[in-house]
Amino acid sequence: MGWLNIYAATYNEDHQSIFDFSQSYGKQLLWICTALILGLIMLMLEERFFSTFSNVIYLVGVLLLIAVLIFGKEIKGAKSWFVIANTISLQPSEIAKYGTALAISKFLGEYNVKIQSFKSQLQAAAILIIPIILILLQPDPGSVLVFCSFIFAMYREGLSGNILLIGVGAIVLFILAIILRTSSIELPLDMILDGKYILIIALTVIAGLIFWMIKSYKQAKLMIAVVLVICVGYIMSVDYIFENVLKSHHQDRINDLLGVTFDPSGAGYNVHQSKIAIGSGGFSGKGFLQGTQTKLDFVPEQSTDFIFCTVGEEWGFIGSFVVISLFMFLIIKILAIAERQKSKFSRVFCYCAASIFFLHFMINLGMTIGLAPVIGIPLPFFSYGGSSLWSFTILIFTVLRLDSERKHLLG
Amino acid sequence: MNDYQDRRYILIAIFLVVAVTYIFRLFYIQVIDDSYKLSANNLALKHITLYAPRGLIYDRNNELLVYNEAAYNLMVIPREVKDIDTNTFCKLINISREEFDNRMVKIRKYSTRKASILVENITGKEWARIVESLYQYTGFFGEERTMRKYSSSIAGHALGYLNEVSTSILDKLPYYQRGDKIGASGIEKQYEEELRGTRGVAIKMRDNHMRIKGSYKEGKYDTLPKAGFELKLTLDAKLQTYGEQLMQNKTGSIVAIEPSTGEILALVTSPDYDPNKLVGRGRSKYFNSISNNDSLSPWFNRALEAQYPPGSIFKMLQALIGLEEGVISINTGFPCDKKPMNCHNHPPPSNLQKAIQYSCNPYFHDAMKRIVQQGESSSIFTDSPLGLAKWHKHVLSFGLGQRLDIDCPLMKSGNIPGVDYYNKIYGERRWAYSTIYSISIGQGEVMVVPLQMANLAAIFANRGYYYTPHLIKSIGENDSIPAKYLVKNETSVSSKHFDIVIEAMQQVVEADHGTARRARIDSVEVCGKTGTVQNPHGEDHSVFMAFAPKVNPQIAIIVYVENSGFGGTWAAPIASLMMEQYIKGGITDTLKQERILATDFIHGLQY
Repeated sequence: MGWLNIYAATYNEDHQSIFDFSQSYGKQLLWICTALILGLIMLMLEERFFSTFSNVIYLVGVLLLIAVLIFGKEIKGAKSWFVIANTISLQPSEIAKYGTALAISKFLGEYNVKIQSFKSQLQAAAILIIPIILILLQPDPGSVLVFCSFIFAMYREGLSGNILLIGVGAIVLFILAIILRTSSIELPLDMILDGKYILIIALTVIAGLIFWMIKSYKQAKLMIAVVLVICVGYIMSVDYIFENVLKSHHQDRINDLLGVTFDPSGAGYNVHQSKIAIGSGGFSGKGFLQGTQTKLDFVPEQSTDFIFCTVGEEWGFIGSFVVISLFMFLIIKILAIAERQKSKFSRVFCYCAASIFFLHFMINLGMTIGLAPVIGIPLPFFSYGGSSLWSFTILIFTVLRLDSERKHLLG
Repeated sequence: MNDYQDRRYILIAIFLVVAVTYIFRLFYIQVIDDSYKLSANNLALKHITLYAPRGLIYDRNNELLVYNEAAYNLMVIPREVKDIDTNTFCKLINISREEFDNRMVKIRKYSTRKASILVENITGKEWARIVESLYQYTGFFGEERTMRKYSSSIAGHALGYLNEVSTSILDKLPYYQRGDKIGASGIEKQYEEELRGTRGVAIKMRDNHMRIKGSYKEGKYDTLPKAGFELKLTLDAKLQTYGEQLMQNKTGSIVAIEPSTGEILALVTSPDYDPNKLVGRGRSKYFNSISNNDSLSPWFNRALEAQYPPGSIFKMLQALIGLEEGVISINTGFPCDKKPMNCHNHPPPSNLQKAIQYSCNPYFHDAMKRIVQQGESSSIFTDSPLGLAKWHKHVLSFGLGQRLDIDCPLMKSGNIPGVDYYNKIYGERRWAYSTIYSISIGQGEVMVVPLQMANLAAIFANRGYYYTPHLIKSIGENDSIPAKYLVKNETSVSSKHFDIVIEAMQQVVEADHGTARRARIDSVEVCGKTGTVQNPHGEDHSVFMAFAPKVNPQIAIIVYVENSGFGGTWAAPIASLMMEQYIKGGITDTLKQERILATDFIHGLQY
């Protein structure tokens, strides 16, 4: 158990000290100390505290989200920060994340709740939807994605796997629709076939084939027909969503990621520079503090969202491999902890924590190597920033605290 | 105890798939694909341009005309500029606050990361003052460049000037970088590639504070700059200077050619501009002042771009063509009945030479009629095109009606009307000689450029051939010049006919009744022909074409003085002074010289 503690602490210091920026570095040290203190407080709290106050913490989180929309300071087009002093700012979505994880755990932990029932699903969805809507209003798509990660935890508790499948399917269709958006095929008789119709026709053909293969089973046939209609409607609406709901810089980033457009000096600049930095690290890296790309400010946002560039450049493939392994180890360890919990509340919470870590890890690393859209969310324990460090520390220590309670219960 | 315990493996599998994908991706980016490392090198290595000095330009006697002087550009990298006291800074670099802001906006628009020129061509002396306090302003630094300088302010049009490369050139020619200079006119443009040399590069490594840490791989990839070639021009600086002095306060041009080679000795256009004022910080001010405020348009290179009717000088060409076609002989006489065009009072043109000497209009009307209507067809409407086609071919062989391939951009071609030309105007078979006769005395649709007329003078001097006029005498160490300037161009008129006309040209100058008595030079046999170009907008243009000496000519010349009247009055004496200066190296008739120098046609003062 102790290693997690050390892991969190030493890794913080080790990598944060890469930065020459004395200011950020100093502030970050302060955050680390306070985070450790917070962690200790967490350890000293009663296990019951978490389940008892989970709804309160959730409510506080939601209230803060509402407050930030009113009093928050707009940074880079999103109202997601409270500026307390000139140099210290807080991101309430981090608190809401924690609160929601607790609330979900509490809800699923109650004996009479069965996630398979539609009513429970609705209730769980409500717990999620409220903060999601509030965060969408900021807007901060990165945090929204993190909230979606709770589906993993619910899946573990028995939520139908179809929901995961539907989610994956929706993403695949979305990507296909966007890639095909700008392409078209010319047919004889002066007909021009739009990309989305190509997709619809392809889906219809597939559906028809399945239809033909399963000759009987009326119900299955009906299902396929319904799915097809939904898919078609979805494809038709992707265009609209893409044009009207997403902001232009999101459109650019998605286009860039999917290779629809290539513009290394415009929308793709961040990712391009980030890939150059990581790629230049080679197998063993340039050595501690020897990075040229990151040091010379070629990579933007390098202390927050693109922190992984420093690792990739200075420690090379070996360093990147170690970091990914450690994250996987951490996440799987949390899952292992989860499985040995006696109380359902603890188990769900551990799953939530693991899901949060995983989503952060996946999106953040993915965007620095050009496999995920550029969405500003931090890499746990690496990125500079107090709120996220606090919230990740609290998550870890809450897991630890709940785990130690297990022995207590046994004893 | 839990129904869904196994699901954790599915979740773990999902997580691991993502992690493994990322590891493969990282392995590809970091270990397999080299392109990212190269990009990184480009960013971490600094390529320092080593500028090649532009080639010097000399005249035919090795007198230095154009050289380079050190100058400094004040550069700025906008993103590195921090908290400067803008007003003090503007005072230091001597530009207004408004100007500074304007330029910074433009520069930022181009790039905030790359260095751009804020102020260019700062002289060494001024730079010494600026550099003392420049350290206070981060983001600004100096770059040493060179600036063109001219030993004297002659031959601005022929030498040309430099411009900063435009965006369109940057797109087209990858050699150039933003901020480079490129020849924009004259010799500087024509011989840009020879003059510019080859840029060198020094590759330096820099550390994370942008400090240079030494050469990359001990300078293995560095290249030294190669200086541009030195050019030797055919111009004679003394003659050019003298010509510009003679033409001061007059509009017009002088072109002098060495007939045996086609080398241009002087290329004077007036008014001219001062090339020295087109470099340095006063450039744009001077540029605008002559572009906007000068009605005489000094940018207009009259020697190459002005097109005039050739006037009486054209008559000699008619004589040659008539002789070649065998329709007239040296003894052919026509009456001067002052019809169909007027003439001045002169003795009867009883033979060809007298006709040239008196420049008789009706004589050449009749002579050309015989050329154009040779009676090969019964109808004059079918006969005239046959004759004119022959005539046209002859005239073109004299280098008229076409853009001579001179090594100076922007030459005009003039116009020699042919059969097609008149068919277009009047329609086929709807014109005869009587329709077009005004071209016989060099009026009407015929247009020539002074350089073509100087070349014509050289053809007379050579008795029938010419070398394409050019300004280049040698490029670099070896004496080679473009092969096209070594090709002898023969005219379609045999050389024996020239002597007849040249005798008459000598009489124009030497005889008591000659129209160019003012062109005489003591102890030198001058051959010439006056011309008066009718100018519908005002006073006629005075023209004189000549070569000297008669045997083994050294110089062929054309002089145009606009709005000054009769050819013998002004153009002839100017031409004689130029020829005397060139042949004898000085002037004996100082009275003639003073009369010319004191005359001011621009402001209306005549001696």
